[in-house]
Parts: sequence; structure tokens; C-alpha cells
Amino acid sequence: MIRNINVSEITKNIKEMCIEANHYLSSDMKEALDNAYNTEKSPLGKKILNQLKENINIADKETIPICQDTGMAVIFLKIGQDVHFEGGNIGDAVNEGVRQGYSEGFLRKSVVSDPLIRNNTKDNTPAVIHYEFIEGDKVYIKVAPKGFGSENMSRVFMLKPADGIEGVKKAILTAVRDAGPNACPPMVVGVGVGGTFEKCALMAKEALTRNINEHSKIPYIKEMEEELLDKINKTGIGPGGLGGTTTVLAVNINTYPTHIAGLPVAVNICCHVNRHSERIV
Amino acid sequence: MDKYISAPVKSEELLDLRSGDMVYITGTIYTARDAAHKRISEALEKKETIPISLKNNIIYYLGPSPAREGKVIGSAGPTTSSRMDKYTPELLDLGLKGMIGKGKRSKEVINSIVKNGCVYFAAIGGAGALLSKCIKKSTVIAYDDLGTEAIRELEIENLPVVVVIDSKGNNLYETAVGEYCELD
Repeated sequence: MIRNINVSEITKNIKEMCIEANHYLSSDMKEALDNAYNTEKSPLGKKILNQLKENINIADKETIPICQDTGMAVIFLKIGQDVHFEGGNIGDAVNEGVRQGYSEGFLRKSVVSDPLIRNNTKDNTPAVIHYEFIEGDKVYIKVAPKGFGSENMSRVFMLKPADGIEGVKKAILTAVRDAGPNACPPMVVGVGVGGTFEKCALMAKEALTRNINEHSKIPYIKEMEEELLDKINKTGIGPGGLGGTTTVLAVNINTYPTHIAGLPVAVNICCHVNRHSERIV
Repeated sequence: MDKYISAPVKSEELLDLRSGDMVYITGTIYTARDAAHKRISEALEKKETIPISLKNNIIYYLGPSPAREGKVIGSAGPTTSSRMDKYTPELLDLGLKGMIGKGKRSKEVINSIVKNGCVYFAAIGGAGALLSKCIKKSTVIAYDDLGTEAIRELEIENLPVVVVIDSKGNNLYETAVGEYCELD
């Protein structure tokens, strides 16, 4: 059975999700900051983590964005193949939701229309939209506003198959150490391993939206996530990059089959304001 | 150590600050980030006057989110400083005494900080809601067309920052990280 969905419903949801994601952090992220505060060994690091906890409370109570960089809106749309959109173009509907959300929600407009001429579009559009088709008649929406302090520190490494698992770990550690204080630690690290150049980057981005208490279902990848979490927290970078034992809150790795000649690795770094909102329409 | 200073800065107060000090700043400071720095630099190159006096002042690398009705400002945390590195030594030579941002600085900037007796402070990245509470007044004074990137004059009260690079060139990003590093 075909299910008709008017695109105005998508607009309305995207608008609300942009506002929600920028003001309220998910409970897994809040919990992780609480835990970090309890275990952090540096006195200054502890002070900073306390400021971050306080910041989340103020944002929530007074409806001020958690961070002034309310990001470029990254939207994942998983569309059931039995859905038929009516009432307009789906891409336009998503962008209209972003436009309304960023204007009515008093969010910062951080998008320029051309990467070199650099005029602000003044409504934070266009969004970056990733479409995927799935079974069924529902639409799964994820809105993940991405700040660029951490985005700028992200990397793609085209490794050789001979580099193996040690090469992958080294690449991740290198990206995080180079990012240091610039990426607003404690960070969340999203990693894509395999696929092609663009596929691994997209996997890394989507890995950031995974609940940070959840590990990969592949046992050896789960082990690698745990090992890297431990190792990165020993780099000394710490909260705000000012030294300490809390540098990352999670390392989420997604994988995909790849070519006999390649081992692409993408490391997408996110700050502690790892924002995402999810809904099913 | 916790210290309290005023802005515009007094030289003796500034030279007394050490890498690792927690500092609360009260007074008047200015915001400028990428686009404003580019315009200031172009104006200086053309020998035109620039819209703010740099002498003894502090620049906060900030592009706030819009203020809700009845509020002074929106979320107001620091942006990454390294993007301003290209323009910074020239501004320090012209009398700018402090910068508030986050993240590493280039060797050229650090040398210029030492040469001119300046200080680089970090505010806590991603704590924009908390930091906005210390801003009591915000006025756009130049480059209004740049939106969030316009130059604002801010009246601040006890804005919490950490001294990362002091006037002697000590760099907390290197020393503190080394202290907690357990890897080779």
C-alpha cells in the first residue's frame, strides 16, 4: 500500500527538530558528562566539566542554544519505499524546515552561499541532506546540526590494506591528537572504515548520531572502540584541551565492504555538544 | 590561581598573569572573527582608519547566536582562534593586548605575544549559554552587514577565561597536556 505524506509534515518536523537539537542534549550525552566529571583527575579539567554541565542546564532552562555555533544542518532521511510525497519537492520541504527553525528558534545563521565568495545566506540554508531508501511506509528523520570547530579537524585517510587494524587505530589517534583543543574536547569521535572515499566519510558522520552507550555489533570493532576510548583518554588533552583524563566520551565506528586495493578511514570529530534529534513520521 | 582583571587592560595586571591562571574579566571588550579580521586587515593595508581602537583592548573571537526578545545576546562562546592567526601579529603590533578564543596559535602569533607583552586567553568552547550570562550589554559598532560576524562592543562582568599563553610565552596547551599524557 502506498502511503501519502504531505511534505508540509516534513517541514514542520524538521523545524521543531532544529530547535530541539540546539537547546537540549540527549540523555546519553548528559550522563557521559556527569560520569566524566566524577572521574576527571585534573582540577582545572573538573572545573571545565562543571561549567559544561552548568551550560547545559542554562541552555535548557532559559532556551539559549547550548553553543553559539548552531551548525550547518545535516539531515538524514531514511524513506520507506512505499511512501509517496505530495504537496511539493521533498528537498525544498526540508530546507523550508531549516529556514523556519533557524529563524524562529533564534539560531545562528552560519551558512555562506558560495565557499569562496562567502556571502551569508541569512537563513542557514541549504542543509546537507542524505537520502536513503528502506522498506516500509515510514520516514526516519535525523537532524544533526554540525559545528565547524570540530568539523574542521576531521580527516579522511586512504590507507593501504597492509596497514591493517594498527593503521586504522593510528589514523584515528593522529586525527584526535591533531585536533586537540581546537575541537572543543571532550569529543565524540565518529569513524567510517571501508567503502569508498565518500562512503567512509558519510559513515563517520552517521556514527556520531549513534547513542554513545551503544557499541558496534561486530565484536572486534567493539573491542577497537573500547581500546581507542581508553587510549585517547590517555593522550592528556583533557577538557577544553587544558590537560586531563577526559578527552573523548565515545568512539563510534561503522564499517562497510571495500575494494581489494583499499582501506579508507574517515574520522569525523564532534565536540561535546554532539547534537541530534530523531523522529519517525 | 584565580585572578580578576579589568578591560581595557592595565599593563601591570596583564604581565602578572601566568599560563594556567583562571581569570575573570570585567569591562569593555570587542568581538571580531574571520570576516571582520579580513576587513580590518584590508583597511590597514589601504591605510584607512579601522572601526575600533586596538590599544590596550581585548578581542573576543565570537559570533553570537541572535538574542531573544528582552535578552542582551544569544549563546556566546569562543570560536577557533587559529583562523585569525594570519591577521593577529599585525594587530598586536598596533597595541591589541589580549585575545579570547579557543585552540592552538601559530608560532608567529606566540612570538608576537611575547614581543608585545600580550596574553592569549581561552574561554570554554561550547559553553555559550553559560558565557552569555556574563555579557551585560552588546552593541554592534561596525560591519553590521556581516550579521553574526559584525564587530560588537561588549560590556562584560566576570567573564571566566583561562590564560593559555602568557606574556612570557608559556603555553598551557603544551604543559598541561604533557602532565596528563600516559602515551609515548
